[in-house]
Amino acid sequence: MAGDTVKLTGAQIFLECLQREQVKVIFGYPGGSVLDVYNHLYDASIKHILVRHEQAAVHAADGYARVTGEVGVCLVTSGPGATNTVTGIATAHMDSIPVVVFSGQVPTMLIGNDAFQEADIVGITRPCTKHNYLVRDVKELAAVIKEAFYIARSGRPGPVLVDLPKDVLRASDTFHYPEHITMRSYRPTYKGNKRQIVRAMEEMVAARKPVIYAGGGVILSNASKELTTFARKLNIPVTTTLMGLGAFPGSDPLCLGMLGMHGTYRANMAVTHCDLLIAIGARFDDRVTGDLNKFAPSAKVIHMDIDPTSISKNIKVDIPIVGDVREIIKECLTIISEQKIQKDHRKEWLNEIKHWREKHTLAYKKSTNIKPQYVIEKIYELTKGDCIVATEVGQNQMWTAQYFTFDKPRRLLTSGGLGTMGYGFPAAIGAQVAFPDKTVIDIAGDGSIQMNIQELATAVQYQLPVKIVILNNHCLGMVRQWQELFYDKRYSHSRFETHPDFVKLAEAYGAVGLRATKPEEVEKVIKRGLATHKTVIMEFVVESEEGVYPMVPAGASIDKMILL
Amino acid sequence: MRHTISVLVDNKPGVLARVAGLFSGRGFNIECLSVNETLDPTVSQMTLVTRGDDQLIEQIIKQLNKLIDVIKVVDLENGDYVGREMALIKVSVENTKRSEVLSIVDIFRGKVVDISPSFYTIEVTGDEAKIRAIVELFKPIGIKEIARTGKVALTRESKERKA
Ligand SMILES: Cc1ncc(C[n+]2csc(CCOP(=O)(O)OP(=O)(O)O)c2C)c(N)n1
Repeated sequence: MAGDTVKLTGAQIFLECLQREQVKVIFGYPGGSVLDVYNHLYDASIKHILVRHEQAAVHAADGYARVTGEVGVCLVTSGPGATNTVTGIATAHMDSIPVVVFSGQVPTMLIGNDAFQEADIVGITRPCTKHNYLVRDVKELAAVIKEAFYIARSGRPGPVLVDLPKDVLRASDTFHYPEHITMRSYRPTYKGNKRQIVRAMEEMVAARKPVIYAGGGVILSNASKELTTFARKLNIPVTTTLMGLGAFPGSDPLCLGMLGMHGTYRANMAVTHCDLLIAIGARFDDRVTGDLNKFAPSAKVIHMDIDPTSISKNIKVDIPIVGDVREIIKECLTIISEQKIQKDHRKEWLNEIKHWREKHTLAYKKSTNIKPQYVIEKIYELTKGDCIVATEVGQNQMWTAQYFTFDKPRRLLTSGGLGTMGYGFPAAIGAQVAFPDKTVIDIAGDGSIQMNIQELATAVQYQLPVKIVILNNHCLGMVRQWQELFYDKRYSHSRFETHPDFVKLAEAYGAVGLRATKPEEVEKVIKRGLATHKTVIMEFVVESEEGVYPMVPAGASIDKMILL
Repeated sequence: MRHTISVLVDNKPGVLARVAGLFSGRGFNIECLSVNETLDPTVSQMTLVTRGDDQLIEQIIKQLNKLIDVIKVVDLENGDYVGREMALIKVSVENTKRSEVLSIVDIFRGKVVDISPSFYTIEVTGDEAKIRAIVELFKPIGIKEIARTGKVALTRESKERKA
């Protein structure tokens, strides 16, 4: 390694830092201001995936981060390269995904001069990053990179952008990577307050009608095992958010499925009627709560979250516990082991829930056309759930959430917070890079897939056997559904008059294309697609008019569901 | 209710933009803001005045704390504090007796800091009520221009000597 007297250039320091952070792969795209880094990448051992659009680089890094729990890394050039990352960064920000984006910048001398390919990316991304930096001196570079990774992965994770002016990358300095960092202004709380935990435990043991409402925070803090043990020990039913799918086994009898706008009847009823709501790593998003005044109206609320701003933001919390939810649940478990748990008093409540389950379960009507829900059910059946699933946004996303059972965390990649169409495919690429031998499927709509379709070239180049499932309804299905229900069926600009031939398109990129147009072809196509060791598009021409149900109209109380 | 909030931040470029961006992005309002270096040159002190119910103020304080560059946030409304602002007021003295202006300045313990044949520039410090009062008194006389600092504030130390 570099001795104290040896000087390295900024570009070398950058790569040296990535090595210290044990970065295995960079998703990137070169350009003028980062050519010095690319020059060293030419013979570096670190893997670089050349995407076809910088937005996809960030989504891929994000997908990589979601499946591995590590920090995803991107490298792009200044100006348009940097601005192209914004949607990816905002997506990661809304879902609290640890990603570090390195952007090139014009030389410090030229900053502010409207120089060629200059964009104030630090200014642009300030509201959609957890933090960001402009490195002005090569002497700061290593420390800033260390901080960037630390901030991205610690506390409530999130994206961090580091802007690297070209002259900083070319200047030299001795390399020193700080072992530790302490920041006086940033010290996340991990351990929950013991007294609050004891209070919460008393409520949780005593409650007659408790419900756990688990969000993405459970997955981010790797607390699924603890949550599962905890819920089973206390016999408390669990509903999860979209981001929380897989945080608790979907096939467990205590699992109520997803709640909220397209949640299950029993989940929404249980939350509406519970006497104790235990929110864990969730943030009371409007798609979950609907009308806030009628959300869990008679419940006491316990809220465990690492981010204090999430607590009492939308709903008043009775017992807040700030900390890492895994630490908190572990603490709860040690308290339980000292107590005798009496579960009988929950019997009535669980019966009531059973009754709701019998009254309404997820269902769709069969038809002579392919039903999108059927395709997803079949994928689940044929993979036995043993795969990583990415989704795009819209009906495809909601049907996946409803009809695919997630028993394990880090198996679902979906843009929950920002709802970014075009997220799923690049995210699936990132996941496949992380786990080359796992089955990775992107469940897509015919609209969303075209937002990052160019990444077929990336998948083919790196021989990533991602499986794209296009539920082709020839329209922007979710938009069409809202127009049907709330805009008098005035289908304004939500129908696609033309589409590429997706099978030929796959082939043109060097991938495999398959198509099913009738229900009886579905199974065959999925089997063939799953058996293909190449990038493959499976197109299912599905019923155009199908809707996602149940549905709670935006802003309504969540027990007022439009059922099917 | 109005709250005066003191925020200690890392003295780095962009920090003010982060705080301002937080307020505009989340729809919080800033009624006034002052930023200064502290004894420690790596730390700046912001004093800002905002308005909201308890829940909103709680959210503002938490959001401020969440900013990576923010070291400490204190809601001064939770305790006793001294808050002061300063105003420079350019008052017309043409058609009025100068003595009237001077007597107001005197009562408010202000200072005349610039004099021209037609205008006096007056410096006055105090809490908001005092500044408001003097401004009201000068209005009928004729204010040409006014410049005000934001509020700066410090908590009061306890009156009893610590054991
Ligand atoms: C980038 C982006 N633009 C617009 C939207 C608004 N939007 C939400 S769902 C949707 C329709 C998606 O259509 P498609 O991908 O075909 O999926 P489907 O709903 O038909 O399954 C649109 C346009 C969005 N979420 N993201």
